[in-house]
Amino acid sequence: MATDGASEPVIRFEDVHLGFDEGDVLSGLSFSVVHGETKVLIGESGSGKTLTLKLAAGLLRADSGTVRVLGNDLGSMTEPELLEFRRHIGFVFQEGALFDSLRVEENVAYRLREDRVGEDEIEFRVREALRFVEMEDAIGKLPDELSGGMRRRVSIARALVSRPPIVLYDSPTAGLDPVTAQTIITLIMRLRDTQGVTSLLATHRLQDAFGLAQYTFDRESGRVSPAPQAGNGARSSAPATNFVVLRAGKAYFEGSPEAIVGSRDAYLHRYLV
Amino acid sequence: MATIEPNLLERENISVASVLAGTAMRWISAVQDYTLLSARSVTNLLQPPYYVSDVLEQMDLIGVGSLPIVLLTGFFIGAVMVLQTAAQFERFGQTALTADVVSLALVRELGPTITGLLVAGRNSSGIASELGSMVVTEQVDAMRAMGTDPGRKLVTPRVVATVLMLPLLTAMADLVGLIGGYIVSHFTLRLGAVSFWTRALNALEFSDLMQGLTKPLVFGFIVATVGCYQGLTVRGGTQGVGRATTQAVVAASVFILVSNFFLTKVMLYLAGHVF
Repeated sequence: MATDGASEPVIRFEDVHLGFDEGDVLSGLSFSVVHGETKVLIGESGSGKTLTLKLAAGLLRADSGTVRVLGNDLGSMTEPELLEFRRHIGFVFQEGALFDSLRVEENVAYRLREDRVGEDEIEFRVREALRFVEMEDAIGKLPDELSGGMRRRVSIARALVSRPPIVLYDSPTAGLDPVTAQTIITLIMRLRDTQGVTSLLATHRLQDAFGLAQYTFDRESGRVSPAPQAGNGARSSAPATNFVVLRAGKAYFEGSPEAIVGSRDAYLHRYLV
Repeated sequence: MATIEPNLLERENISVASVLAGTAMRWISAVQDYTLLSARSVTNLLQPPYYVSDVLEQMDLIGVGSLPIVLLTGFFIGAVMVLQTAAQFERFGQTALTADVVSLALVRELGPTITGLLVAGRNSSGIASELGSMVVTEQVDAMRAMGTDPGRKLVTPRVVATVLMLPLLTAMADLVGLIGGYIVSHFTLRLGAVSFWTRALNALEFSDLMQGLTKPLVFGFIVATVGCYQGLTVRGGTQGVGRATTQAVVAASVFILVSNFFLTKVMLYLAGHVF
């Protein structure tokens, strides 16, 4: 997969508005994600993080503005076209959203079976995905036999099994204890650093956001280590992880972790502290 | 300091007219959405992908699953019909007519309607609660996110299964109802088996069977589409699922009874002029 830092954004939101009976939640949201980048959406509860992810997957339509993903204008696509488009997206839902009447194997293999992939290949790829999230032993279990963290890992495997170029994560560590949350973040880091996926991740947990930005997964040692500092030449190989702060329905801030920490803005400071 | 949802606390002046208008808009919107869902559940059959194993699974759950309660109810409906009518016919010395009446009432009306209402109570609610639970746990969104159309995967199989199974369930209810009626008439009226069954079957004409087996097709469509619609439009977490389940049963039952009236009118007209 090419990682030449192509400038054409993979995901682009332009002046997006989305509202419900109570009023607009997103009122002029604009940001973009380039190839190979991980963009972390931070914001208070209710600021529209989940809605932004669903817009990026075409699960919701914006009231106005443009949402472009992989060159497609999602607002002008019909539902059958969107169904086809979503094969290129992996979506990890907030509570996992596993199909609770299907076993782990059937959950992870779901998309492959829909695409009529051969059973041998399905088994290989399901095991590969479950091995990546370290859940291969649970292959025959039902979701309600798993803990919250395990379900989250299986849902990541389910999103990965079709090897999508883009992965969307909705609060992947919400409701998890600190140790399990760290496991999930390490997994996301591994995915970012070994597979080069472009991702959009929504969270309100700053420690996860900064953890992703400041650490990388080392393929050779198989461990997490601090990311190379900016400007020392190794930058081009470390996948960029940047932030978008959502506030009042807009992108209040978009930029690197260093910029957010070094900012003099009062709101950002209060939020970070 | 910016609030999170700035419009939340603003309220316009509320008038009776605006409330009524709002309610009317919601009703119209609901009717439109229901119609679209029902239409698509049928048009999905014109193109692949088809989920045949889901149809078979639903036929088992809806058809075979409802069989015990349908048979039990059918038996007692037939039995009670004989009890109620026997006394009247004895007065005129025409006890044999009991068989005719029970047969006609069951096949034309009671069989389809009572079976329809039973299946509405059992399956419309079951479908609404199952799909509603999937909606509130984001499983339906997950399905869409993985490129599967929930209409094809969830709605169409349930509609096909219910439409296919309800006429069969109705036929079984009719038969068991006649058996129940015969047993009661044998013990209370001393009606012979040959006499009862000959009269019961001779009383039926082709138009009666048409009525009795066409109505379940419509009722089955209503049961499944109402259940699916209520389930897929759930709002408000587990409380919403509970509400949707109740509303599904009520709406399906009302639709069945109202459509029964119009179907009966149409069938009687056709019986007079076509069959």
